[in-house]
Amino acid sequence: MARDNSIVVEKLVREFRKGPRAVDGIDLHVAPGEIYGFLGPNGAGKSTTVLMLTTLLPATTGSARVGGYDIRTEGPKVRSVIGAALQEAALDPLLTGRDHLKLQTMLQAVPKAERKPRQNELLDRVGLTEAADRKVRGYSGGMKRRLDLALALVHRPSILFLDEPTTGLDPQSRTALWEEVARLAREDNVTVFLTTQYLEEADVLADRVGIIDNGRIVAEGTPAALKAEIGRPSIHVTPVRDDDRSVITELLGRFGEPLGSERDLAVRLREGSGLVDVIRAMDADGVVVDDIELRAPTLDDVFLAKTGRTLEGAAAEKTVAPSVR
Amino acid sequence: MSSPLLTQVGALAQRSVVRTARQPASAIPPLVFPVLLLLVNSGGLKASTLLPGFPTDSFLAFALAVPFIQGALFSMVNAGTDLARDIQTGFFSRLSLTPVRGSALLAGQITGIVVLGIVQAVFYISVGLVLGVRFAAGPAGIALLLVYAALVAIAFGGLGSFLALRLGSSESIQGLFPALFVFLFISSMNTPRDLIAVSWFRFLATINPVSYLIECVRSLIITGWDTRALVLGFGFATLIAIASLGAASWALGRRMERT
Repeated sequence: MARDNSIVVEKLVREFRKGPRAVDGIDLHVAPGEIYGFLGPNGAGKSTTVLMLTTLLPATTGSARVGGYDIRTEGPKVRSVIGAALQEAALDPLLTGRDHLKLQTMLQAVPKAERKPRQNELLDRVGLTEAADRKVRGYSGGMKRRLDLALALVHRPSILFLDEPTTGLDPQSRTALWEEVARLAREDNVTVFLTTQYLEEADVLADRVGIIDNGRIVAEGTPAALKAEIGRPSIHVTPVRDDDRSVITELLGRFGEPLGSERDLAVRLREGSGLVDVIRAMDADGVVVDDIELRAPTLDDVFLAKTGRTLEGAAAEKTVAPSVR
Repeated sequence: MSSPLLTQVGALAQRSVVRTARQPASAIPPLVFPVLLLLVNSGGLKASTLLPGFPTDSFLAFALAVPFIQGALFSMVNAGTDLARDIQTGFFSRLSLTPVRGSALLAGQITGIVVLGIVQAVFYISVGLVLGVRFAAGPAGIALLLVYAALVAIAFGGLGSFLALRLGSSESIQGLFPALFVFLFISSMNTPRDLIAVSWFRFLATINPVSYLIECVRSLIITGWDTRALVLGFGFATLIAIASLGAASWALGRRMERT
């Protein structure tokens, strides 16, 4: 019988004592072999959701089935079918990459005869064969993340949870990790639940995206469908002088609804308006600008449309807000 | 013990030993500092042997028991710090995601501490022999001393694990080190209890279990086979081991709260 490697979540809630609802009644369905991107700013509830789905944190209310098993009552079975790389690569700096894999294969009860071949296979797969006998404290951030991924795969899980796997990585390491995650889903039919605060990551990697803010899912769908929902492109203008901002804002207002961008002046174009119309109006009014750009909708626009804030702005708010947990 | 459980315990014990071996800054102090203190004390307090009723004419032989307990205290703090760091870095969560049982986690951790405790004991015994100490209980006494060192390591290892699991912070564990050392200093480490003239100090040394842990070792070195000292030492070590392992198991259950 084929394994059920779906994730089904219904009205899942996690409340912390004297704190807000970190996760506030979310519903999710992740299909087998799908890469689901869980996108949101810091503190939105992404990691708390992952901790509940991986059985490391009890849910306050609601239910979820991971791989067909109930996270509340079938914890050991859930853990047997999942692999997880949680936020921050949880590695022992004094052990080598090979030591980690040896320990993990033993704890995951991989049969003795299969342990070494499995260790070598995974080291090769994540490109760490040469560094296998070096202590982890000498690894780069990318190498640690790749080892973390290898450790999560030791027991051939059918569902993989990756909590912000590329945070802090350089673009090259990020791309390498994306390729490996995509390969796992496409070739091995592994279901991937990936949390991220990077729009590009969700856009490039995820089959479907759930956008979470303040513990609630505010939008869900394929990246293309979500962007299509927003529909119209936006125009972003960088003034030459700060004094010109009010004039430009007034001018742009004739062509669409203002966007709350922190970096530049922007409007979402109304139906029938285009870049040419805006440039003509600028010429006519004698407005000079440093830069003008037409942008297709992004997931950030989706986030902005659904929450009234940009992802970057939401993250900054969370950073400034005092912790209540 | 079932085979998977043995494999888990073995893997975790091996990690514990490898970690210690790879950080000399943690491995060396439990060996060197107690011996340095022994040499300083046996030089400075040599005149104590002139007290009427002092049980030996070699203060070195008298004081050689102390490193065994000091070393165990060092190991306890190191082991607790390591476990607390695992909790802080998320390594503990990684272990929680494997089928590892709580009992295996604790047993693996403690086994690692026991191995190191025995290595320390062999080192202290060797230092004593090199410096001319003759063990009154003979080779069998030395063998028993190694068993006792293992038991003390279990007792103190359990305590270190309990503290780590409750506090979850390596800094807090290290902060407790001086407090734990107080128990050593208010014991019979430097003077036999019946020769302590200050009554309140004698009282504290008498109710302090560490005194009996030291006196058990001391009896094998300078007295021979002293049943009372052995029963009290092994008894207290066993009681501490049972209590600390029980507390650590409870704390582990709370810490590994999985569904």
